Amino acid sequence: MRHGKYPFIIGFLVVPLALYLVFVVGAYLQMFQLSLTDWSGYGGFSYIGLENFQKLWDDPVFWIALRHNLYLLILMPIVTIALALFFAFLLNSGGKKAGGVWGSKVYRVIFFFPQLLALAIVAVIFGRVFGSDKSGMINGLLPQSWTPWLFLADERWALTCILVVLVWQAVGFYVVLFSAGMGSIAEEIYEAAALDGATKITLFFRITLPLLWDTLQVAWVYLGIAAFDAFALVNIMSVNHGGPNNSTQVLSMQIYLNAFQNSQAGYASALGVVLFFLTLTFAALTLRVTRRDAVQA
Amino acid sequence: MSEITQSELDRRTLLRRAAAVGLVAAPGVSFLSACAGSDDNSDDTKQATGEKSADNPLGIDPKAGIEIVIFDGGLGTKYATDVDTPLYNKKWPDSKVTYSATQQVATTIKPRLNSGSAPDMINNSGSDLMDFGAIVKAGQAADLSDLFAAPSLDIAGKTVAETLVPGAVQQGTYDGKPFAVNYSFTVFGLWYNKKLFDKNKWTIPTTWADFTALLEKIKAAGITPFSYAGANASYYMVRAIMTSAAKIGTEQVLKDIDNLKPGAWTNEAVKQAAAAWGEVGKKFANPSHLGLKHTEVQLQQNQDKVAFYPCGSWLENEQAASTPAGFEYAMMAFPSVTASDKLPATAINAAAGEIYFAAAKSKNPQGGKEYLRTMLSKEAALEFTKLTKSLTVVAGAADGVTISPGLTSANDALSKAGQDVFMGYLFDTWYKKLDDASREAANQLFFKGGDAQKFCDTMEAASQAVAKDSSITKFTRS
Repeated sequence: MRHGKYPFIIGFLVVPLALYLVFVVGAYLQMFQLSLTDWSGYGGFSYIGLENFQKLWDDPVFWIALRHNLYLLILMPIVTIALALFFAFLLNSGGKKAGGVWGSKVYRVIFFFPQLLALAIVAVIFGRVFGSDKSGMINGLLPQSWTPWLFLADERWALTCILVVLVWQAVGFYVVLFSAGMGSIAEEIYEAAALDGATKITLFFRITLPLLWDTLQVAWVYLGIAAFDAFALVNIMSVNHGGPNNSTQVLSMQIYLNAFQNSQAGYASALGVVLFFLTLTFAALTLRVTRRDAVQA
Repeated sequence: MSEITQSELDRRTLLRRAAAVGLVAAPGVSFLSACAGSDDNSDDTKQATGEKSADNPLGIDPKAGIEIVIFDGGLGTKYATDVDTPLYNKKWPDSKVTYSATQQVATTIKPRLNSGSAPDMINNSGSDLMDFGAIVKAGQAADLSDLFAAPSLDIAGKTVAETLVPGAVQQGTYDGKPFAVNYSFTVFGLWYNKKLFDKNKWTIPTTWADFTALLEKIKAAGITPFSYAGANASYYMVRAIMTSAAKIGTEQVLKDIDNLKPGAWTNEAVKQAAAAWGEVGKKFANPSHLGLKHTEVQLQQNQDKVAFYPCGSWLENEQAASTPAGFEYAMMAFPSVTASDKLPATAINAAAGEIYFAAAKSKNPQGGKEYLRTMLSKEAALEFTKLTKSLTVVAGAADGVTISPGLTSANDALSKAGQDVFMGYLFDTWYKKLDDASREAANQLFFKGGDAQKFCDTMEAASQAVAKDSSITKFTRS
């Protein structure tokens, strides 16, 4: 068998690898190149060195967007993972024999359902849920005499509304992921602990959580990367593409506006480069920081 | 002043006004001289051509197909599918017209321009429209000189240019060459339900005091007196503020803004306009409308929940499907802001708009131009006006034709304006970044307490930031 191994592997890998090189790595390389130019997006360009990065440093909106991305980066994984763990634990309740809550199989489907909807559809639906007058779902359910809540039209709450939708959309997937992780934990461990008189809460913190660490680590990285994006929701749901008053502005929105509206593709590429390094740094840091813990467990 | 009946549109009167608009509209743009960026690789795509003849003045290949892309928005697309394409095919039966409609013009078209596979004729419009200055600068728009010099399709003895409202060609001219057909002719004003106003005996105000007094009355009747959609249509409010500023201090105020002149946004006229509208926002705004989209607010107006709505004359057609029987669109000019306004209360902002262009690097740019020539025929223009309730730049095309009440009222206002029709501003298409800033600033002004000084300062800073940014192509007008 051994002699056929390499052609076999190469045969399978060469096409996806080529696609990846051309469409992902190639695109990134081009972005690095373009970030050093004054390309408008329509014709030729000339090289202007690091001017775009200088401009970016001086751009107050860039810092606002970055702050919002960091807000999402901190809150979205924490809230999503906490909720997903809670739900997954309820569904599994520490082991197959212990059994989850009643109807847990149905809940699993319901939890996963948001994952099946395209993000754009989710955004449109929640745009209506958060409608700022009585035609919005939440405001429509409130008593008629109440002043409508502004939600996305309120600078103080707009980004939180987006966060809620991001979490709502993501939670289901991680419920399923964590459920699978919990399912793979050996039944005997739970039984032994249960015989020793451990409560469900103790089971969760002493057994489930440590043994689930690898899965959590992956979830954290994925969610962090998603928090760096948030483009579709901001684009569709927010007032005036990132408003009101830039209160929902994120880096991906800035990239879009500069590249496709302001005819500043070079500047947008510089933003893309920054986002690339931020995401990379985040992923590397997360894996690095959490590795030690994983070994301990 | 000529009298016109409600049901019949005196096209000639309108065109006299339009001529006045056109003459001031020509943007004196000269930036192509330093067109270093545009590369001349148009040779690598083989472009269709044919014999030039009296019947075929643009020299198209009768067998080559053309591809057109139409923006699917307020004007709909029926004029293209049901009028222009059949007309084009009547003359060129062997040329297959590939048609598509989009609401995302930039998203779908820009990659195709850059990859050299552009459609032949493009309707650049909507909220996702492409930066046309950048397109011209990049050499992506075809020179339309031969189109305008060609004989009209159905108006004997005239070239295409000669059939248009004066100024229509100049409005799409950059550095002496025409690159765009601004096809529709839009009148801007405050739109209301005539039946509702008649019922309540509300009279149309011309002074700001009368205007705000009426707003009070409307508010007392439980109707939001004035509104617009903050979520995606705040440029309607920008238009309102700018129109008022022009009335206070003449169109020069807007020209200074377009030319990025330092201090243009802190000009007294802009400040007074912002203060007046900020005051309206403070007293009469419905804060929840900041989160609504234009269709939602327009629907509320159709349900008599909103009285005044600032918009262009496409509104009536855009709302045609949801306008109930008890609703009849009418338009009024923006009232005078101060007693010393330099333009009269009747002054109107009206302009040729809605860009159509042939792509320079497509397979069949001449075919694209021929399609434009078809659109600029009298027959196509008339049908366009009937279908969209919008006028076109084709002079006299809708003469003696009964048009909708809203458009008739807009024409009325135009006729009352006399010489005081002004084209408005171009900064929103020239500098997208400034456009974005103005939308946000208008929202802040109207929905967040009306700080006129803050509005002026924010916009002045944004304007000077654009002026200092060497990567943005600058334009000027006079």
